[in-house]
Amino acid sequence: MPTKPASPLLQLLNLQVSYGGIQAVKGVDLELFKGELVCLIGANGAGKTTTLNAIAGVLPLAGGEIRYNDVKINAIPAHKRLRQGIALVPEGRGIFTRLTVEENLRMGAYSRRDQDGIEADLEKVYTMLPRVKERLAQVAGTLSGGEQQMVAIGRALLSRPKLLLLDEPSMGLAPLVVEKIFEVVQSVAKEGVTILLVEQNANLALEFSQRGYVMESGKITLTGSGNELLADPKVREAYLGEVA
Amino acid sequence: METLIQQVVNGLVIGSVYALIALGYTMVYGILGLINFAHGDVLMVGALTALQTMLFLMGVAPGMSPVVMLTIALMVAIPVCMMIGFTMERLAYRRLRNAPRLAPLITAIGMSFLLQTLAMILWGRNYHTFPQLISTTPMQPIEGVFVTPVQIFIVVASALIMIGLTLLVNKTRMGRAMRATAENHRVASLMGVDTNAVIAFTFVIGAALAAVAGVMYASNYGIAHYGMGFMPGLKAFTAAVLGGIGNMGGAMLGGILLGLVESLGAGYIEHLTFGFLNSSYQDIFAFIILGLVLIFKPTGLLGERVSDRA
Ligand SMILES: Nc1ncnc2c1ncn2[C@@H]1O[C@H](COP(=O)(O)OP(=O)(O)OP(=O)(O)O)[C@@H](O)[C@H]1O
Ligand SMILES: [Mg+2]
Repeated sequence: MPTKPASPLLQLLNLQVSYGGIQAVKGVDLELFKGELVCLIGANGAGKTTTLNAIAGVLPLAGGEIRYNDVKINAIPAHKRLRQGIALVPEGRGIFTRLTVEENLRMGAYSRRDQDGIEADLEKVYTMLPRVKERLAQVAGTLSGGEQQMVAIGRALLSRPKLLLLDEPSMGLAPLVVEKIFEVVQSVAKEGVTILLVEQNANLALEFSQRGYVMESGKITLTGSGNELLADPKVREAYLGEVA
Repeated sequence: METLIQQVVNGLVIGSVYALIALGYTMVYGILGLINFAHGDVLMVGALTALQTMLFLMGVAPGMSPVVMLTIALMVAIPVCMMIGFTMERLAYRRLRNAPRLAPLITAIGMSFLLQTLAMILWGRNYHTFPQLISTTPMQPIEGVFVTPVQIFIVVASALIMIGLTLLVNKTRMGRAMRATAENHRVASLMGVDTNAVIAFTFVIGAALAAVAGVMYASNYGIAHYGMGFMPGLKAFTAAVLGGIGNMGGAMLGGILLGLVESLGAGYIEHLTFGFLNSSYQDIFAFIILGLVLIFKPTGLLGERVSDRA
């Protein structure tokens, strides 16, 4: 494990998010250091998606603070957070179904102006995701779920993120495809991109992650290294389907 | 036979104008799910601003060539309408993005009244003669079929504008951002798109098209007044629905088709009703079409979905 620098890349301080008066995230503290792969697990409705959306800037906060690179970014709109390096692969993939695959990928590079860099990054994505390359001219809505997830990840990478937020990339996909997606996630992490991964598939997520947070009803209830959490009886019972 | 060709020519001319207006409706609907009922009145402001500019120029430079004068009039009318489109979105519609659907609709109707009333205060209630700067002397390319230079100008200019717009939306970075925002605001913003700016841009483009259409419409009929936007606005809305609202190709197709149906209908309505109705009833065709489309194919000819965006 790399030695941790003094200050985290991302820091949530008492983060609170509400939907019309109903609190979905009730004071979450979380930190993420540069180069880490950390997962956030929890049952349905725990508030994981809400947390990621708040970090990406598409949900307003009800309280608390989001700090990125040691700067409070609460008031910065989503499109500017992306420019600062925060990319979210949203739950349900958020593919532009009426755009072609290539247009979807290029949307990821929307705020970049370095044409050469964009083309080079596209090539990199094609090598990483060969299935995507065969379908560039296809309308993205016609892709399979797995292919759409690949496009969604590739698209996020084209923004050259420093912090990548992944919301249940394995959702609804066959085990083989899930494996492929986790390989991609791991190779992205190896390149130094800091990753916060939300997963239902706790077993897999914890195996791949250095650390993990467990979220229940809008709060963090447990945190530790991937292996610690994997061994924790409460986690095993609640999320790995084991009877304690 | 001459009647048929003549009505097709007339239909193409008025259809091109409907198409330009329909594009403004459909682009705004595509990106916001909003029917901007004030769109026809932007057209009216465009026509009257152009008229005012022409009258001014005729006063200060009587010898100016008509083409230059028309160009200057457009150069004034277009930015004025763009500003109105921008202001409407910024002050009224933006605040209602997350409001129940009825609220922006009622606001749009209010905007329409507001623009008409302002125009009435500025230009009075009278019909104004609109200078026909492009010749309206008919030519006869075919025996018995008359085409005027202003008609040719309308068709050619509309075609060029539509080609340009299609390229803008399909080939440029801004166009991609518009299509992405139309599909999903939230995800577009996650891609770094300033969706507010894209939406404002869409309104401004639609308003510019309306300005041009207004000048064409007034040039074609030689008349302008504060209520002139209502009918072409309603018809262009029909055209947009006919083509499939939200779909740009549909708006163009719907506009041309509506123009043709209306014009052919006007040409033959006397025969069809054994003299009971005459061509002054041509407006009914638009509403018959609107009714039929809404009953039998609410998605329109090219529209694939009417579903509400979440
Ligand atoms: N748009 C919304 N409006 C109102 N309440 C919402 C909305 N989105 C989520 N919620 C509520 O907020 C809580 C947290 O939801 P969230 O989607 O963040 O959970 P999650 O941990 O991502 O769940 P899942 O594993 O099912 O994706 C839930 O109780 C949910 O019902
Ligand atoms: Mg979720």
